[in-house]
Amino acid sequence: MFDILNTIRRTGLLDKGSPKSKNTEAPLDKLQRQLQTVFGRALRIRHVDAGSCNGCELEIHALSNPYYNLEGHGIAFVASPRHADVLLVTGPVSVNMEEALKRTHAAMPEPKWVLAVGDCGACGGIFGTSYATRGPVNAVIPVDAVVNGCPPTPLAIMQGLLQLTAKRPA
Amino acid sequence: MNLDFLTQAGLRLPANVSAQHVVVDATQWSHSALRMRDLGARLLTVWGADDRDRDGRFRIFAAFLLPDQVLLLEHAPSGGALGYPSLTRWFPVADRLQRAVYDLLGMEADMGDTRPWLRHGGWPEHFFPLRRDADATGPHPLDSRPYPFVTVSGDGVHEIAVGPVHAGTIEPGHFRFSVVGEKVLRLETRFGYAHKGIAKRFEGRRLLDGHHLAARISGDSTVAYAWAYCAALEAITDASVPARALALRALALERERLANHLGDLGGLGNDAGLAFSLVQFSSLKEEMLRLNEEAFGQRYLFDYVVPGGVVAELDEEVIPALLDEASRLEQRVAGLRTIYENHAGVQDRFRDTGVLSTTLATARGAVGLVGRASGVAQDLRVDMPWPPYDRLKTRMVLAADGDVAARVQLRFDEITESLRLCRSLLDTLPPGACLVALPAATPNQLGMGLIEGWRGPVMMALESTADERIRRCHAHDPSWQNWPLIDYAMIGNIVPDFPLINKSFNLAYSGIDG
Repeated sequence: MFDILNTIRRTGLLDKGSPKSKNTEAPLDKLQRQLQTVFGRALRIRHVDAGSCNGCELEIHALSNPYYNLEGHGIAFVASPRHADVLLVTGPVSVNMEEALKRTHAAMPEPKWVLAVGDCGACGGIFGTSYATRGPVNAVIPVDAVVNGCPPTPLAIMQGLLQLTAKRPA
Repeated sequence: MNLDFLTQAGLRLPANVSAQHVVVDATQWSHSALRMRDLGARLLTVWGADDRDRDGRFRIFAAFLLPDQVLLLEHAPSGGALGYPSLTRWFPVADRLQRAVYDLLGMEADMGDTRPWLRHGGWPEHFFPLRRDADATGPHPLDSRPYPFVTVSGDGVHEIAVGPVHAGTIEPGHFRFSVVGEKVLRLETRFGYAHKGIAKRFEGRRLLDGHHLAARISGDSTVAYAWAYCAALEAITDASVPARALALRALALERERLANHLGDLGGLGNDAGLAFSLVQFSSLKEEMLRLNEEAFGQRYLFDYVVPGGVVAELDEEVIPALLDEASRLEQRVAGLRTIYENHAGVQDRFRDTGVLSTTLATARGAVGLVGRASGVAQDLRVDMPWPPYDRLKTRMVLAADGDVAARVQLRFDEITESLRLCRSLLDTLPPGACLVALPAATPNQLGMGLIEGWRGPVMMALESTADERIRRCHAHDPSWQNWPLIDYAMIGNIVPDFPLINKSFNLAYSGIDG
């Protein structure tokens, strides 16, 4: 127990550190403040992998680490679509996942947003459309905003969440 | 290993490891497989090809892992026939591989499970996308039928169906548990949900572009796949890749191993109820990814390994930072390991949970990390070290118990070894170029790349056309071997331990769905 407490003390708070990036992304703390202001610490996300290579999932996982600390700012991932405000979809939609994606979307209560994450979800990416894939997410369910990148960085996904408010659900 | 059962000498197969290629008839195919099973070889992968445009035949290939080389058997049934002798008689792992061959190409094994594997009703029953005359562009109407899972009956037995959409951020797959109370009697897994038609997508691409697609077969193993692809391509172009590029590739591969192990160790502690561990390990992983961005220009090393070398030179100024990181990581991870080992609650969940015995792991051909945690001594970096591993003298890490605790211990030990390799690579980084142009590929030549990724052996088999394009490309993920073993490891465990056991295996979905 003493070791655990000591490690926690030595680690301190990490969520103020922006990555040293050459890209022109907004600083982390500014994004965190904006997310809190816009969503009032009350946004719930359900993620569906509709055929991704799992690269995007790695960066979605990173949103929960102590640096990005999404949950600390009131945005949480939930286990059921019935509890979610946002459906976050990755991958070119594979034909084998089409039905499951449609059902998950249908299970969400209104109002709802859909955010397609990654180049595949945005435009089909390197996999495109074929006998096995339907291509971008909006070929299967309506999409409100997209985040490009292969994979997109956690900061880009946070910015993508902010874009959702540009198109408010009816 | 004595290969005197082969009636003709094998040809050298262009590859980054020692490999032989033997063309056999149906009798020899079965006889060789039987002998190799007796000699303790492991079946790595099975794939088929439609060569009717060349000689009117379909072809089936099987690659076997011998202790110090790879043996590739090729069999072309006469007259364009589709049947071939099933390998499931001797290698249970062949089952799903052969079902996938049927779904994509229509080649039929003469024995074994005939339920569809990759085809979930998204394309018609008699449409085979990998045939040369198949139009693979068009969408087909969905015609899904229930998948006949094996049922367990008896007093109080019921089923729990999980997936393909899961409660967390994980890839799609279906788990069917047959349980009594909370005790699992049987687990049957079903995959194929992330099938993106990658093998078909490869066909006709330029050889020099294929690595982009290879890097996206399984994102968490992007370096391993891209390297395996480039190794296969470099073998069929007979290219000489600069030593500096090889060292940088190995550095990238070890960093990929480290990042994944850090993520898994955090997740494992968390699944055992110690949220502290997820916070600690996920911040260590994030720090590592940020240093990747400084050193390699991106957090995950997609498209870093390219044909002929690596895409960017490593800035000399970042080397001290990488070395500092290695020392810091070693120290922090050692501290966390002590906490894991002294934590009664965590150890109670880890020990004797999800046991995969050495006997079963050996008999069913476990590979990679999962195999080593069950005492199966196999690591390509040690067994058939390709450059630069031939000068690194990697130490094999092993554990015997085969439970979650063993897979945790293995990850801790592999972190130590990978950090040693990273230090050694940085200390002895050869001078010179990190990228060269490749010569033209030999037309219609098959080559192979085999890399020990963090999960285990990742293989790419690549065949060229006469005009510098891809004729056929087959990718193999070690999860094909290890997924069926989770079904065994779950028997007798309780349902709530499944996330923990699954995490301790951490196998690929997209990687096997293709």
